[in-house]
Amino acid sequence: MRFVIWAGLITALLVPVVTAAFSPYLAWREPIYVIAGFAGILGMCLLLLQPLLAGRWLPGLSPVTSRHWHRWCGLALVAMILVHVGGLWITSPPDVVDALLFVSATPFSAWGVIAMWAGFAAALMGMSRQRLSLRFRVWRLGHAALAFVTILGSVVHALLIEGTMEIISKFALCALVVLASAATLAKLRVWDVKRR
Amino acid sequence: MTPVSYSRRSLMAAGGAALAAGASGLLMPVRASGLAPTPTMRGGANNYRPGAPIVERIGGGGFWMTGTVRRAGDGAPLPNQRIQIWAHTTEGHERDPQSHGATLTDADGAFRLEMPQIVPTFGQPHGHLAYDSGEFETVFLRPVMSSARDKTLAAHFVLQPL
Repeated sequence: MRFVIWAGLITALLVPVVTAAFSPYLAWREPIYVIAGFAGILGMCLLLLQPLLAGRWLPGLSPVTSRHWHRWCGLALVAMILVHVGGLWITSPPDVVDALLFVSATPFSAWGVIAMWAGFAAALMGMSRQRLSLRFRVWRLGHAALAFVTILGSVVHALLIEGTMEIISKFALCALVVLASAATLAKLRVWDVKRR
Repeated sequence: MTPVSYSRRSLMAAGGAALAAGASGLLMPVRASGLAPTPTMRGGANNYRPGAPIVERIGGGGFWMTGTVRRAGDGAPLPNQRIQIWAHTTEGHERDPQSHGATLTDADGAFRLEMPQIVPTFGQPHGHLAYDSGEFETVFLRPVMSSARDKTLAAHFVLQPL
């Protein structure tokens, strides 16, 4: 069972990346644009890992290891967002400026920018848990709410884009991300902030 | 497109309105109230290169950008108007100089310029067009292709005299 879960997870993460690597659009793109696109896809893959690690769903990982990985994946996600936006900025500065100012011609840009800021805020909350001196469950609700906005924004962003991702694997990855985050929110009962 | 339904009542109302408009037209000079000018589209001006040369064809061709240029109000076709066209194609990025070219409208205010196949960039297969010659208000358009496999794309300008 453990093997099946891990094999399934690795397949779910690899297929979208590999199919995107065969996209015909790559031939017409500069290396920096290709890197920016793949940073977005890898970010989406990390968005599947994050709720699975937070919910301690993955067999063989102790709670401490899960949290450790969750922290590293969160930092990697922030790095992927920066490479994604930075690479797109180099490729076409006015399009990225429009997106960041919420005046873009494409509706998915706004979803992406909202997801970016929510992701940064969730990461910041994660790093400053001790300093915030919030009760654990209150802190967790805040972190989870920001993570949920990140996931929702990223999924809508990805689904509306006509890019290098192959359509079926993109829908499958997005569905898994939503499913994993919903399952984790339910398992941890993040909305329950009562003192116990 | 707004669907239009013709009921007897709406036809009578429209007829009455038309009569009233016609009567007022006898009393007042004709106003430029007919055809509204095309507004500049969001992101239309992105990666514009002022003064891109007039060309026979952009690169190797194989894809057609077409359209018309008319005057706001009376809708008169505007001949000899310079329209710049650019896009991310199989031969270059939007920012590359070789991805840009301009053409002039013919006697009927129509233009068509052959260019390389447009490929999706920044999430949508789209082209850019500019009218920026000074005689009319500047307009930038950013039409989106309904399918990335389309071999043609159309964009229409209605220009407001300055």
